[in-house]
Amino acid sequence: MIEIRNLTKSFGDNLIWENVSFNIEDNETIAIIGKSGSGKSVLLKHLNALLYPDSGDVLIDGECLFELSYSQLRKTRQRFGILFQGGALFDSINTFENVAFPLRYFSNQTEEEIQHNVQEALTMVNLEEAGSKATSELSGGMRKRVGLARAIILKPQYLLYDEPTSGLDPKTSEEINELILEMANSMNITSIVITHDMHSVLRIAEKVAFIDEQKLSWHGTIEEMKVSEHPPLVDFITASEYQI
Amino acid sequence: MDSIKQFGQYSLLLYQALRSVTEFSTYRKNLFSEFVKIGYESIPIILLTGAFTGAVLTLQTAYQLDTELFSVTIVGSIVGQSIVIELAAVIGGLVLAGKVGARISTELGTMRVSEQIDALESMGFNSVTFLVVPRIMAGIAMFPVLYVAAATTGILGGILAGSLDGILPAAEFMQGARQFFYPEDVVFGVVKSFVFGFVITSISCFKGYYAFGGAEGVGNATTQATVMSCIYILLADFVLAAILL
Repeated sequence: MIEIRNLTKSFGDNLIWENVSFNIEDNETIAIIGKSGSGKSVLLKHLNALLYPDSGDVLIDGECLFELSYSQLRKTRQRFGILFQGGALFDSINTFENVAFPLRYFSNQTEEEIQHNVQEALTMVNLEEAGSKATSELSGGMRKRVGLARAIILKPQYLLYDEPTSGLDPKTSEEINELILEMANSMNITSIVITHDMHSVLRIAEKVAFIDEQKLSWHGTIEEMKVSEHPPLVDFITASEYQI
Repeated sequence: MDSIKQFGQYSLLLYQALRSVTEFSTYRKNLFSEFVKIGYESIPIILLTGAFTGAVLTLQTAYQLDTELFSVTIVGSIVGQSIVIELAAVIGGLVLAGKVGARISTELGTMRVSEQIDALESMGFNSVTFLVVPRIMAGIAMFPVLYVAAATTGILGGILAGSLDGILPAAEFMQGARQFFYPEDVVFGVVKSFVFGFVITSISCFKGYYAFGGAEGVGNATTQATVMSCIYILLADFVLAAILL
């Protein structure tokens, strides 16, 4: 379980958000929504200490993330997989090697096992033929899927998605949504999804956290969101032109 | 205030790099790749720089000296010693600040803004060990080799220019060069190139590693890395000359 406790973050004089607190239960899928620039991605990067807060804690199974030594933190980070917004693929190596990268450094698998596991991960994201491609040859949707294959290759406990459907056409977005659901169901992964795509939220999320006006404005289940009359949340949903 | 903060960040990065030098298995592959990129791939530009520096210096020294007053071999002495003590290391360093420094800062800067460094960290890598350590180590190891190559071709360039121009036969050039050749000058040149290798790679890693703000940010980081490397090469050159000569 991830417990977010009174998290406050600013960059210089610019306050991003303050006193953000909520829990993420094991095996649930939560969507963190909010306007562009509301600090959703910043919040995501606090969940595995890629960024540190001004104050507050993030507890992973009761262990405070920001009090870990760097070597302990590196071990804890291996419990997470992240799908970055642009995929964050290493452009000096091909698609196959990108997915194989964590295995080569953090597992004792033989070359044969690595070949098998990478191919399996690529098949899961429907890219079984793309292994030999350079990352520059991949489309936006393919990059995200390769990023996802790399994120799941070490079988993480938590999977963080940063805007998984942004910049994608509706059909590719739907494919990504299905993949997120499949990962959550087949691998018992806790999924944390940053998005402002309400279609995606309704399709994949069980819970929603809404960041607005530099704070956690609303938090609840997807059913509660559908009947919520919290004005900023209603405004956000209405502005996204999505009818619940 | 900003420069104090930057110096602090730079020192911290070096400290992190130093602390993780023992994690050889993490950066082994990158180290050999950097040997090739910094060393092998810089050989053409270094040979060219060395040869032309030696050639031009020979022609200009011969022009500036009145050979009726001095023996013509003095040209070989001046060119040989200038190249070994100063020019091979400094001009080579300035050229490599552009070639090697710009590549390193652009590479790391792009990795930073496209979240590749975050991706490494999120997998449990120490990104400093993986990216910074091999680049600095390869710089320190390869710059002295490149210095020797630049100095050798500088002297050869001088011999060739003197012979082709008819002002100084090769034998007399070598006689002059040998007359004032001191092995400790080579040691001094090697020490300089070692320091320049560290200055260029560490500054470029620092600027690239902490780049921010998209393509413009990477451009700024690269410009700053190149300019700062050049400035600190000149500064280090002066300090080393004051201490070691």
